Amino acid sequence: MEAVVFVFSLLDCCALIFLSVYFIITLSDLECDYINARSCCSKLNKWVIPELVGHTIVTVLMLISLHWFIFLLNLPVATWNIYRFIMVPSGNMGVFDPTEIHNRGQLKSHMKEAMIKLGFHLLCFFMYLYSMILALIND
Amino acid sequence: MSAPAGSPHPAASSRIPPKLGGAAASGAAAPAGPGPGPHQQNGPAQNQMQVPSGYGLHPQSYIAPSGHYSQGPGKMTSLPLDSQCDDYYSGLYRVPTQNVVTPNTASQQPGAQQMYGSVPPAPHVVGSTLGSFQGAGSSASHLHTSASQPYSSFVNRYNSPAMYSANSSVAAQGFPSTCGHYALSTVSNAAYPSVSYPSLPAGDPYGQQMFTSQNAPTVRPVRDNSFSGPSTAISHPSPLPPPPSQQYHQQQSLSGYSTFAWSASGLPSTQDNLIQNHTSLATANNPTNPVADTLSCSVMQNVQPPKSSPVVSAVLSGASSTRTPPAAGRPVEPLASVARPSELLQQKGMQYGEYVNNQASSAPTPLSSTSDDEEEEEEDEEAGVDSSSTTSSASPMPNSYDALEGGSYPDMLSSSASSPAPDPAPEPDPAPAPAPAAPQPSKMAKPFGYGYPTLQPGYQNATAPLNSGVPPSSPMYSGFQQYAQQYPGMNQLSSSLGGLNLQSSSQPESLRPVNLTQERNILPMTPVWAPVPNLNLDLKKLNCSPDSFRCTLTNIPQTQALLNKAKLPLGLLLHPFRDLTQLPVITSNTIVRCRSCRTYINPFVSFIDQRRWKCNLCYRVNDVPEEFMYNPLTRSYGEPHKRPEVQNPTVEFIASSDYMLRPPQPAVYLFVLDVSHNAVEAGYLTILCQSLLENLDKLPGDSRTRIGFMTFDSTVHFYNLQEGLSQPQMLIVSDIDDVFLPTPDSLLVNLYESKELIKDLLNALPNMFTNTRETHSALGPALQAAFKLMSPTGGRVSVFQTQLPSLGAGLLQSREDPNQRSSTKVVQHLGPATDFYKKLALDCSGQQTAVDLFLLSSQYSDLASLACMSKYSAGCIYYYPSFHYTHNPSQAEKLQKDLKRYLTRKIGFEAVMRIRCTKGLSMHTFHGNFFVRSTDLLSLANINPDAGFAVQLSIEESLTDTSLVCFQTALLYTSSKGERRIRVHTLCLPVVSSLADVYAGADVQASICLLANMAVDRSISSSLSDARDALVNAVVDSLSAYGSTVSNLQHSGLIAPSSLKLFPLYILALLKQKAFRTGTSTRLDDRVYAMCQIKCQPLVHLMKMIHPNLYRVDRLTDEGAIHVNDRVVPQPPLQKLSAEKLTRDGAFLMDCGSVFYIWIGKSCDNNFIEDVLGYPNFASIPQKMTHLPELDTLSSERARSFITWLRDNRPLNPILHVVKDESPAKTEFFQHLIEDRTEAAFSYYEFLLHVQQQICK
Repeated sequence: MEAVVFVFSLLDCCALIFLSVYFIITLSDLECDYINARSCCSKLNKWVIPELVGHTIVTVLMLISLHWFIFLLNLPVATWNIYRFIMVPSGNMGVFDPTEIHNRGQLKSHMKEAMIKLGFHLLCFFMYLYSMILALIND
Repeated sequence: MSAPAGSPHPAASSRIPPKLGGAAASGAAAPAGPGPGPHQQNGPAQNQMQVPSGYGLHPQSYIAPSGHYSQGPGKMTSLPLDSQCDDYYSGLYRVPTQNVVTPNTASQQPGAQQMYGSVPPAPHVVGSTLGSFQGAGSSASHLHTSASQPYSSFVNRYNSPAMYSANSSVAAQGFPSTCGHYALSTVSNAAYPSVSYPSLPAGDPYGQQMFTSQNAPTVRPVRDNSFSGPSTAISHPSPLPPPPSQQYHQQQSLSGYSTFAWSASGLPSTQDNLIQNHTSLATANNPTNPVADTLSCSVMQNVQPPKSSPVVSAVLSGASSTRTPPAAGRPVEPLASVARPSELLQQKGMQYGEYVNNQASSAPTPLSSTSDDEEEEEEDEEAGVDSSSTTSSASPMPNSYDALEGGSYPDMLSSSASSPAPDPAPEPDPAPAPAPAAPQPSKMAKPFGYGYPTLQPGYQNATAPLNSGVPPSSPMYSGFQQYAQQYPGMNQLSSSLGGLNLQSSSQPESLRPVNLTQERNILPMTPVWAPVPNLNLDLKKLNCSPDSFRCTLTNIPQTQALLNKAKLPLGLLLHPFRDLTQLPVITSNTIVRCRSCRTYINPFVSFIDQRRWKCNLCYRVNDVPEEFMYNPLTRSYGEPHKRPEVQNPTVEFIASSDYMLRPPQPAVYLFVLDVSHNAVEAGYLTILCQSLLENLDKLPGDSRTRIGFMTFDSTVHFYNLQEGLSQPQMLIVSDIDDVFLPTPDSLLVNLYESKELIKDLLNALPNMFTNTRETHSALGPALQAAFKLMSPTGGRVSVFQTQLPSLGAGLLQSREDPNQRSSTKVVQHLGPATDFYKKLALDCSGQQTAVDLFLLSSQYSDLASLACMSKYSAGCIYYYPSFHYTHNPSQAEKLQKDLKRYLTRKIGFEAVMRIRCTKGLSMHTFHGNFFVRSTDLLSLANINPDAGFAVQLSIEESLTDTSLVCFQTALLYTSSKGERRIRVHTLCLPVVSSLADVYAGADVQASICLLANMAVDRSISSSLSDARDALVNAVVDSLSAYGSTVSNLQHSGLIAPSSLKLFPLYILALLKQKAFRTGTSTRLDDRVYAMCQIKCQPLVHLMKMIHPNLYRVDRLTDEGAIHVNDRVVPQPPLQKLSAEKLTRDGAFLMDCGSVFYIWIGKSCDNNFIEDVLGYPNFASIPQKMTHLPELDTLSSERARSFITWLRDNRPLNPILHVVKDESPAKTEFFQHLIEDRTEAAFSYYEFLLHVQQQICK
């Protein structure tokens, strides 16, 4: 059972890693003017909810399977994701708004956030991998 | 043609070739276009899609028709038989009827389709003429405007039945429809100068047809549709042949006459006939075909009750039945109409076809790319406009984009068009100029070449003592000399500076410490001028006017750390498109720009030698092109430094075709008018129409200028103004959920060709809706329709709205709680409620369309949401609270004057603005109305002379190795005459390393304006109280930083440098400004409007808004008067904004930017009242007085000339209010006395104490 949980987490984590990389690539494209703000934001906004859901699932899964440490590790990031999603002003076109992304260093902060998430997911990836192997051996 | 056509976008095509190809193919063939993002193709795709290649896409279906096609255009040129056609029809159909209903299925709306890609519910369209109605038959026959066109060509082809049957009907139809569209587009685009399409004349028949229709004023509501279906059938193998074939059969059979005519002489007449037949057929379908009926949902509206429909349909059906024997048969008909919905998607393909043709006809140069696909196009254009390095480097094309107003560019010789790549061997100059600029080898080492001493002597003098920061013995300024002598450090400094003598310079004055709490009259008597950057004289002369370009710090700190220490905002305030009296316009083949950063050559570059110049922004050494060696002004050779580009900080270049992505667009104006009950009550239509009638000839534009009108209440009304009609036709689209254009091409008409019709319409409009009971407002759908209408060309949309939009997309709810108006706590709803308007604005911006909003409302209208449509599309916003044309005459007058200015002022289309600055500085936040398309490129669909912008800067790299920094804004726009122009402003500022110098160079007005902009952002993104705190903190921080670092005065007072002595006052003024005040009852819309104003007003006007000027006007004298245009304008001293200055026996004028108040004291001199106001005494002055009478007295003349002078060049025409003391209106006046205490806010002195307290904490 434990193994199944971690296998799933591992897969989910892989997806999240890819997503983070995609965010970073798209944002850096915008930074370099390869794409315009409008298309960049519409691309990214599409993936905000999948990312949120993906991460929340793992977090909840960890809670259910009573892996407290991993759950607590994931909690801040999941909370941040949800908070960010909820706090989008009603007039904005999503978490990434083309009219604001160039203002007040938003682009940089988005970039930073994506980087941090990438690091976090990588960490999680190895943690899940280790836990999974451990669980398989125990089985 | 397609090959070169594709070339202008090499970058785009190279970047995304598969996508484009796919898009092009789908555009032509597949209705189910790519992606949800609608819109036209981007440039390359369109170009590739020109007719011939388009055919290539579907060879099988086009084989037969293409042959015809080649003949078609030639044949269509003659129109001998039109008149016959008219006669024929008028005779035939003399059934009086009012309205004709066409079966409109969704397939009629290619536009809508394109837009939404979803299957729209069958819209119902009702057409009605504005005036009288005549023959139903004729009306029926004219139902189809554009779509009928195809048939003409179609008929040509089908004159022989055999042929017809031989051809697959599908193919044939597809062809004609494109052809027809093509013809139409040529008509509408005749404006484009070099239209060189062979079948241009085909447009004439169309016009002719319009003419006939107009003879019998009728309804031609929607462009055809049943027929557009077939064209799609071509592109799609989907089995839809029956409808077309059947219909064509009918058509053919119907038009016995026309076929005859055609075979006899010319195609055109047949064309017309067919068109008409066709339309009649379509109408006939309506009654007979239940399916069509349900689909079409025809609704009769308007002047006449919907009774006429049965009549028409009966008649027509009779006609059609009698005439249809040879036709494929009625049974098929339902099929056709049923099929329409399924064709919806296919419409797109057809639309593309049309677009392509349009494109082709309007594209004289291969560079043309009209509008852009949201996703790809923008990128495209950007590539063009802003040349990102990779995109253009990928392009092997000569027209590379780096030549365009472009961004930083890696050194790519091959791709730079403007700078001739290969170094031409420097010719020995026959007469090398003695050049004062003769490069000194020693100076080449410095970042700036000759002519830039590191620091000016005077300046250094000034700085020396500043560094010292010695406290003068007395709190008051005791003189610069004293400083210098007292400070020991001065010696070291002066020694290092090489014994410069102390000149009296203005600089120390700006650093003079001022004890704010003790200085009672802080406000100077004269207006505050912008500080002059401390440059040497040569550079000072060359520097950009502070009116156009201003920096908050005229001494740029060397590092970000220094800037942080100073706690002052760093940013630029721009007024780039200001009306200038004198502007050097330069026409030259090569616009000289830095090859690396694309900076335009400017007065602050250095010439290393005759053949090379060094960029002042990136320090790259560039070649001087051969052409630049010749100076057209002096007609001398070899003096590049004397060219006008190098002698003027503000120049305008006439840009070559390298700077175009498509042929310069014509001036296009669309007016979208609210005609709901509320609007009619307010009565703005009269004023607007009157203004328009007066200024119709003064609208900026050339012979291609186009204009259109739309009105809306719960439905959207279009006006067909096609030249040749006897009167304007009103077309009503009541399907607001999926709004579409009833006819694609006669809604925006050439101003000069249809002037009479336009005048008719403007005369009729104010009275057309007088009895309306429609209270709803479908603003959103109207805007969507406007967007569709404008997207092929771009231009300006002026929206007049009087209430909260209550129907359709973009509807808004009232969010204001009147009880919260004077709340001191939280002010909510400053941001938009929906992203609809923002999205729309971005769409518009992508299609080079700006939306200007005139909000004339008496109630809350959620300006915060509505304003988005202008904010992001580079429009402007006008707001007239409680507007009523009789109850509120001052607002009415204001609207009238504003409209005059609005309609006649200069305008630039399809503009982009880029701001560049010296390496090391970077821009991070922009303020104003525009869309930031990439890091430093502002996309401005329109630019007007009243638009101001602000930019925040940060210092990313230390500027230690340079003594000067430069900023350059380049505004690339299409003038109303269709010229592509670039206006370039360059500002040069010194870099300083000491904090004192930073303070010495602070520009308090610019800082305040930038802070106000930042505060608006803050209050929207965070909260109003946050923004207010931030404003207070700004003054607290900067003054405390000054106190602790520069002035070591151990004084109890609040010390500020002289340059910042007005800082607290202005901040207080901001806090009491409508936008940021709390505790005073402020309507949400008023507040939001004030915020919009702050964001987009240029500095001069904004300052008056923040801190009004108060003058005493009852004793105007000629002392110190200035002469303007032979008028003597008295210059009374400024008074501080406090009631203590208002004496009862005086009269005071307050200039608040958008409004003037003249306050008359109770015991004001009767002479003044009589001479200036024209009343015998104080008591007889009326409560509402908005004009000064023209009296023939000296004081009246002075007062009026003073007020006229103040009014000049205001974007918002200030309305004058004469306010009597003790009149209820005086609260309006007194709320501007910002130095006084109010219930909710500090007085100036209290504020100073508050600031001091904060500093001491």
